[in-house]
Amino acid sequence: MITLIDYKAGNLTSVRKAFAYLGVESEVTDDPERVRDAQALVLPGVGHFCTTERLATSGVRDAVREAIGRGTPFLGICVGMQWQFAGSTESPETAGLGLFEGACERFQTSLKVPHVGWNQIGRTQEGAESRLLEGVPDESFVYFTHSYRAPVVAGVAAVTSYGETFAACVERENVFGTQFHPEKSGDMGLRMLKNFCDYAAERRAR
Amino acid sequence: MSTGITKRIIACLDVTKGRVVKGVQFVDLIDAGDPAELAHLHATSGADEIVLLDITATSDARPILIDVVRRTARQLFVPFTVGGGVRTLEDAAALFDAGADKISINSAAIKAPEIITEIAERFGSQAVIIAIDAKRKTGAEVTAEGTVPAEVYLAGGRTATGRDAVEWAREAENRGAGEILLTSMDCDGTRAGFDCPLTAAVARAVNIPVIASGGAGTGEHFVDVFKAGCADAALAASIFHFGIHDVRELKAGLQRAGIPVRLPC
Repeated sequence: MITLIDYKAGNLTSVRKAFAYLGVESEVTDDPERVRDAQALVLPGVGHFCTTERLATSGVRDAVREAIGRGTPFLGICVGMQWQFAGSTESPETAGLGLFEGACERFQTSLKVPHVGWNQIGRTQEGAESRLLEGVPDESFVYFTHSYRAPVVAGVAAVTSYGETFAACVERENVFGTQFHPEKSGDMGLRMLKNFCDYAAERRAR
Repeated sequence: MSTGITKRIIACLDVTKGRVVKGVQFVDLIDAGDPAELAHLHATSGADEIVLLDITATSDARPILIDVVRRTARQLFVPFTVGGGVRTLEDAAALFDAGADKISINSAAIKAPEIITEIAERFGSQAVIIAIDAKRKTGAEVTAEGTVPAEVYLAGGRTATGRDAVEWAREAENRGAGEILLTSMDCDGTRAGFDCPLTAAVARAVNIPVIASGGAGTGEHFVDVFKAGCADAALAASIFHFGIHDVRELKAGLQRAGIPVRLPC
């Protein structure tokens, strides 16, 4: 059972649909108790970074922290990944989880922003053994749509270039994040979601 | 320099009464199949995105067919846009709930442009596409400034608005639209090529992606619209439904012409 965290921003249908396709049950909640007790957590996200403020006020933020500390697998998608960093200049007063160093910033490029469409990912040295990217070749195409990007710091497993190089995937023990949308990235995206589910299942079996 | 991002090929399903149809210059509809089947077929044969437009929802003054959207979305794992008859935040929310990733608004946004901001604030700009059906003004040529005088039409090309297409695209961006879907009514269904000057005029005027639509017939047309038309994505319907073009083959041609595309896909 995958627990999808609802913080009333954007829509969760696409992510649920992908898990359903993989034959994995999912539930949607904004209740800190259920987040604390989840077998695996997914935080999808689109839109403005300030919407994550709701996670702090509702108590979900503390519940997520506790769950991560206990080893619960946690996947953040798009803004959900950005939230794993210290913060974002999109909403400087909103604190992220701070699991990865640095803040997300708007693209500093003359190219069109948002960065919308299919682009390629490449593993970092650190990401060579990435669990999330198992079976996903370098240079695979995935679907992005975002205006802010996370810095390339410790814990970044794959990067993408769009005028500059930014974090496409993060991974550290039980914490995973993707700036792109695996649920919209065809077979490769589904493979990553399956890798996450498999990791969660193995962990439960231990 | 390579930006990394690829040019997108979008397969469009024009739907009415739950069936995919194809018209020429917005009229004379013929049946082209089941939306869910066709969407899946296009996605697995290399389309980067699927757009489903309920082309008679606005003119029939009825909501879009939610069950068709849900059924089409179920096994679709590429971006999925739905449009036609979206008038309110509630309409949009119902479509997202049914599995749409983006909604496309046309008539309602011209009539009440606040809807763009409302939906963008709730679901993010990336989820809001403004569809513009534009027809060149009689005898209109490219001006010295590189703009093309073209008028925006509503309700599937039935109603003239007096609005200039380039100016409206700019306003839509300022109000929070994440992409512009520009259809040339002059070229639509002709298979004689996209309106590259008009597409380029809009693409230069905004800083959000522009999807060119109307007129796709050959691979060369796609090369033109990505180069001369400065389009970020190109959309076509009939040439894919009737198997004239295999999307992969089309993309291989684009790649040979030096245009970055998602391949293999």
